[in-house]
Amino acid sequence: MSWTRRHLLDIESLSAGEIVTVLDTARAFKAVGERVIKKVPALRGKTVVNLFIEPSTRTRISFELAAQRLSADVINFTAEASSLKKGETLKDTARNLEALNADIIIIRHSATGAPHFLSRFLNASVINAGDGAHEHPTQALLDLFTIREKKGKVAGLKVTILGDILYSRVARSNIWALTKLGAQVTLCGPATLVPRIFEKMGCRVTYNVDEAIADADIINLLRIQHERQRQSMFPSIGEYSTLFGLTRARMARTKPDVLIMHPGPINRGVEIDSEVADCARSVILAQVTNGLAVRMATLFLVSGGKGPQEVTA
Amino acid sequence: MPRSNPILDTIALRRALTRIAHEIAERNETSGDVVLLGVPRGGDHLARRLVAILETIWGHAVPVGTLDVSMHRDDLGTSATPTVHPTVMPFDLNGKIVVLVDDVLFSGRTTRAALDAMNDFGRPKCVQLAVLIDRGHRELPIRADFVGKNVPTARDERVEVSLKEDGGDDTVTMIRS
Repeated sequence: MSWTRRHLLDIESLSAGEIVTVLDTARAFKAVGERVIKKVPALRGKTVVNLFIEPSTRTRISFELAAQRLSADVINFTAEASSLKKGETLKDTARNLEALNADIIIIRHSATGAPHFLSRFLNASVINAGDGAHEHPTQALLDLFTIREKKGKVAGLKVTILGDILYSRVARSNIWALTKLGAQVTLCGPATLVPRIFEKMGCRVTYNVDEAIADADIINLLRIQHERQRQSMFPSIGEYSTLFGLTRARMARTKPDVLIMHPGPINRGVEIDSEVADCARSVILAQVTNGLAVRMATLFLVSGGKGPQEVTA
Repeated sequence: MPRSNPILDTIALRRALTRIAHEIAERNETSGDVVLLGVPRGGDHLARRLVAILETIWGHAVPVGTLDVSMHRDDLGTSATPTVHPTVMPFDLNGKIVVLVDDVLFSGRTTRAALDAMNDFGRPKCVQLAVLIDRGHRELPIRADFVGKNVPTARDERVEVSLKEDGGDDTVTMIRS
């Protein structure tokens, strides 16, 4: 058990031990959410900034609530209502926030590496809440937390990630985290959205959806990221749903104890049938609850590292 | 070279716990209201051992829980990241006589954090503090009700409690660096 990092930028650079530390810490924070008084003073007096340059509701709300439950003060900053519209650079925006003595900056940005960029010149802690199609580390951590909670382990499990892999930061973070903890990952979806290059990350790629889901312990469904696709990657939504959607008929051919996961927002009738989204095997809402605990753990852990003074001294 | 001095051996540690248990029993005549809360990790193990002794004295079950204080500490960021343990409180704290158990009483800041953490669960009738070692150097107005052994120390010395639940040998040692 050890955590010495000041930032959470990606899963790729974390060790298996560091991932387990976050998951173990999150367990204690999940219990806090189940109390009558759901707030602890761990980050009292700290200022957390949600710097969301790309739209988000669930991740932003989750981080905001996590910070509030740790007694931190939270500022929400969205691109639409900011000086970025007036031509300010990201660097200047971040420096201005730091000049207000922000302790933790949570950033979501459409550009890969934006959090890493900020971490190079900020004294504040930086948490990546999604950078382009690169990574979304807290989503992967909450997915693993949910898997561990429901299955008791991660190692040895067969996890199928089904859908738009190419444009998905959730997929990349999940692949890193799952393979580091010893799960077997299978990727499936339209060939245009699941290039073979992903095999280099240590997972299996297949275009046969029935084979991909038949012996899976976990099926993680991903939404089509229309906002990132520059051209049409498949003929139609209807065809996608027929070929790759998790329909009731397909669900009937999965393992009886399979877990259905989805990072949200779900598109009922496209990647998942309504009945499947609401069935007993679906843990989609448990993921939301666990996301809060994982984000509390993340905020707590990055705050515990050495302060900026000690780093520069 | 660090030098180490034994403070308690296995037999003395067991004797100290037995005495603390008897003192708790003597102080609290309404034994049905008493619950023990251990502060991880050492205090948690000690609380469970004290409960085993108390149950033979009183002849009834005594509730025991774990109180994590790391989220209530005031030194986050000034030392290594604390390890967070789940709090386990399988009883209602309201109106109970809580015996808080820790291994070493030093600055008193852990105890303060524990009192704060307890606030989130309810209002005990009263709180008593049991510690295996009181090593002095208090930074807050806090004192223990039950003490296994008072040990005068220098601030830079370390007191190491090694318990068999954590793979140790049930001894307490003072280490001078």
